[in-house]
Amino acid sequence: MRPFVYERPTSVSAAIAIASRPDTVHVPSTGAGTQFIAGGTNLADYMKLGVARPERLLDLNTLAEPALRQIRIDNDKIRFGALVRMGEAADNNDVRRRCPVLADSLKFAASGQLRNMASLGGNVLQRTRCEYFREISWPCNKREPGSGCAAMEGSNRQHAVLGTSDACIATYHGDFAQALVALDATVDVEGSRGRRTLTFSKLHRRPGETPDIETDLAADELITAIEVPLAQWSSRSRYLKIRDRESYAFALASAAVALDMDGETVRSARIALGGLATVPWRAREAEDTLQGKVLDEATAQEAAEAAFADARPREHNAFKIPLGKRTLVRALLETRDMKG
Amino acid sequence: MNQAAPAPRENQGDPVVRIDARLKVTGQAGYPADIVTANVAHGALATSSIARGKVSELHTKDARAVPGVLDIVTYGDLDKTDMPKFGNTGASSIGPLHDKTVFHDGQIIALVVAESFEAAEEAAMLIRADYEDERPSASFDSKGVKMEPAAGKSPMFKEDAKAGDFDAAWADATVKIDEKYSTPTQHHNPIELFSTTAMWQGDQLTIHEPSQNVTGWKVELARQLKLDQANVRIVSPYIGGAFGSKGPMTARTAIVAVAARRIGRPVRCVVNRMQAFGTQTYRAETRHRIRMGAGKDGRITAFGHEAWEVTSRPDPYVVGGTSATARMYNYGSVLTHVSLVHADRNTPGYMRSPPETPYVYALENAMDEMAVALGMDPVEFRRINEPEKEPIGGKPFSSRSLIKCYDQASEAFGWSKRDPTVGSMRDGDWLVGMGCATAIYPTAAAPCAARVRLTADGEVRVQCGSHEIGTGVRTIAGQMAAERLGVGMDKISVEMGDSALPPAPVSGGSISTASVCSAVMKACDAIREKLFAAAAGKGAPLAGSANAKLDLKDEEVVTETGKSAKLADVFKAMQVGAIEEYAEFAPKGSSPEALSKLYAGQSEFHGGENDEDSVKYAFGAEFVEVRINSYTREIRVPRIVGAFAAGRIMNTRTARSQLMGGMIWGIGQALHEATEIDQRHARYVNRDLQDYLVPVNADIKQVDVILVPEIDHQVNPAGVKGLGELGNVGTAAAVASAVYHATGKRIRDLPIRIDDLIG
Repeated sequence: MRPFVYERPTSVSAAIAIASRPDTVHVPSTGAGTQFIAGGTNLADYMKLGVARPERLLDLNTLAEPALRQIRIDNDKIRFGALVRMGEAADNNDVRRRCPVLADSLKFAASGQLRNMASLGGNVLQRTRCEYFREISWPCNKREPGSGCAAMEGSNRQHAVLGTSDACIATYHGDFAQALVALDATVDVEGSRGRRTLTFSKLHRRPGETPDIETDLAADELITAIEVPLAQWSSRSRYLKIRDRESYAFALASAAVALDMDGETVRSARIALGGLATVPWRAREAEDTLQGKVLDEATAQEAAEAAFADARPREHNAFKIPLGKRTLVRALLETRDMKG
Repeated sequence: MNQAAPAPRENQGDPVVRIDARLKVTGQAGYPADIVTANVAHGALATSSIARGKVSELHTKDARAVPGVLDIVTYGDLDKTDMPKFGNTGASSIGPLHDKTVFHDGQIIALVVAESFEAAEEAAMLIRADYEDERPSASFDSKGVKMEPAAGKSPMFKEDAKAGDFDAAWADATVKIDEKYSTPTQHHNPIELFSTTAMWQGDQLTIHEPSQNVTGWKVELARQLKLDQANVRIVSPYIGGAFGSKGPMTARTAIVAVAARRIGRPVRCVVNRMQAFGTQTYRAETRHRIRMGAGKDGRITAFGHEAWEVTSRPDPYVVGGTSATARMYNYGSVLTHVSLVHADRNTPGYMRSPPETPYVYALENAMDEMAVALGMDPVEFRRINEPEKEPIGGKPFSSRSLIKCYDQASEAFGWSKRDPTVGSMRDGDWLVGMGCATAIYPTAAAPCAARVRLTADGEVRVQCGSHEIGTGVRTIAGQMAAERLGVGMDKISVEMGDSALPPAPVSGGSISTASVCSAVMKACDAIREKLFAAAAGKGAPLAGSANAKLDLKDEEVVTETGKSAKLADVFKAMQVGAIEEYAEFAPKGSSPEALSKLYAGQSEFHGGENDEDSVKYAFGAEFVEVRINSYTREIRVPRIVGAFAAGRIMNTRTARSQLMGGMIWGIGQALHEATEIDQRHARYVNRDLQDYLVPVNADIKQVDVILVPEIDHQVNPAGVKGLGELGNVGTAAAVASAVYHATGKRIRDLPIRIDDLIG
């Protein structure tokens, strides 16, 4: 690990002021010379591996604003401060009761130890675990733009089948983000140019020709809160995660599903897919096929076909397409059978 | 049954608590990298990013500029030392800093030494090499690999086993199986990382490093560094996960020693997890073709086992598990052949049950397929083919309790409730499958020395240069001494893991309990002789009693008739304060120089299929239930039952623990573990615990171990068969059998994952 400057700002505005100083190097996205750190479960790892090499770390754990650490639940929304730990949100009974998909997407992620450290704001910004990205001797367009993609023709069982480009097939591995993108969550962001609210689906960028640019955030922008609207579908929601082992593994395929039902008929469905795509993945085509239909094996299967119509497999990950479809079918049927 | 301390059955010792249990769970046990030493500098490795070629230039300028960097050891700096050797003690003949040739991915190209670990790691990352790289051959299917017969390439694997006329029997067989199986590359990932700490005092070198062979390493390191053996000491009191990974010494040990000598300070190098994949030994991938022919009555008439193993370019590492598979059942005729495939890879090495795990996986899968082809129950099929004598040499088994193991395990498991129809058992959305397989491991022992001292107050000190690799051997050696000398465990101390102690063999091949206990027993018996002679001598407390009728109990010498004399009084009569005995044990069949070789760091194994009088194996039977989701096909293992017979069980607690651990590893081998290799570059890809999966707690539910009583006086004086490696043999085949039963899909290539079942 190379030496870096470590600072502990005590307010959001102070953190942003440091991050936007002209002396800091503004490499796009997470290659920035100044990095915010909260739980450090992803960044510290990548610093040790030489993948992230920040000049300056701004520790957010000393920020004084109480709202950053609060979960606020109203009738029509849940608001998570960005420094709330994954474990705290996962174990919150009201979150679980009002919106099970949020609690499960958190609970099935990482391990108890990691969930106790990782912040929600950091969690949604976690970087890919692509093995070729993690190890600096491989070429990687995300780590070193223009160097090539070693995964494309390499060992790519873990890689994405949705939202890929010719430059990058790295999977977005997060779970919580799938629930957020399905539920039309928003994120509050603060930076040197002021505050703004982004819909969650606009936060991450597909790799396209610039896989190094992963989010819509400027280098000095900080997520301060995540807000999830509550509605008819929130309590009938579920996160199904399929993985190689029972715990402490990334999803091979996952589905976040929330259903608004009129008896056996779907009024509206919200669906996101994890472990399969380069970014948190809203499956709107699948949602559309279900609207106004009775939800059964056949219509669930139709939705699954629609979700994967554009999937592009590589040598080792073709199984993710049938697996992704079955995961979605199972998640839809299990969500249907929940009490609304 | 499912308890930590099973009640001892016939010929089984008490579940004595590990003498180092409290130290271990409270963090007091000092592992080699924990050694506190003043002024230590930290080492970090730089490794190659190609698998084949030459380093044309090494750029170290940026690395040297990192604040705190003290030295960089690289090409030329090892020139005054001798090259490593491949063999029992040495992991590989590749001397990475002796020669700029790159033989494999992740080969050491430099060692950076710095004031801090962080500075060393940073500098190592900044070392860049220019290569003249060549296209590497990654594995079996790569262009440019070199194949050769394995027989004769290793002293452990002299010939391919065969018996009878396989071709004729195969041609005549009514029911035939001809299938291919494979096992993946697997890497050791002990939680204790690999490390070397080297300290010099003048010409004397002390190495603190987790080791399963301190005596062997002392001799080998002295050779490489051209030192007097008396000036080299290897210390390894506790080991956090060995399983063969810390058996052979790697090139790093000498490199760190050279670094410490250059800077005149102790140097500690803890290898990071990624670099361990290229710098340590591992289990290479294997392929198998099994041909099995049987009559309609279920009797096997022909067994053919061909296998291929990957090794490095220079070293002929062979596991050769056909030695065991060829002797498993009453085959009629046997034909085996093992081939080595040399690729651009680091040299493989021992990993728990090196030959049996991959080879028995193939055999037991084929047995299950044959049972299906015959329409027979797989347990009955094995019963029918139970041999009276082993099929290759026609020798008897010293003992063989396989069918007892099957009977006890199948009853505990509830095998009779299994509906044999494939896909017939279900629990809601989950398909249920049940399967079984045989475990086998050769029983061997090797020469071993031990020193035991008894003092007048009943304190016993046992010294033996064996290694506590987590098996409980320290406890068991203490138990043996406590039993023979009639004192409680609270009076026992046991010193191990130091080359300054009496030499012991490598702690591998499940030989430690037999070898160490036999030596300790011999030393204790010599002490008994002295005590008894004194106690029964003229004017002594038990004058007139015959030696043979005396025993030691509760710190007293006792007679058959109930007379007794306190130890302290016997010592007083002898006018000594302590009796100390040094004993050397050599198993039956040892060569005249076997004991001398022990001091030279070479372990001469006896037993298994190599003895004249009988073949010696331990057996077990494992039963597994799997559940597979009918939609998404993930596989879970709610329960596993194993029954094992291994002669005298010294301690039912540590025995159960080892067997349970083996079965859990077996589940991991079946479902999780595999190193991914980038076939274009012959490089390991998933080099960390994020992507190299092993089971976590949530994957392991009910694990039942049954210790089947067995008495075997032939194996060794202690009557002990090793069982450290037995537990994970066969497990993966039992899982494969259960997956077939649940789904009708026969998965022949490990690991079994969703990928195979989803289509």
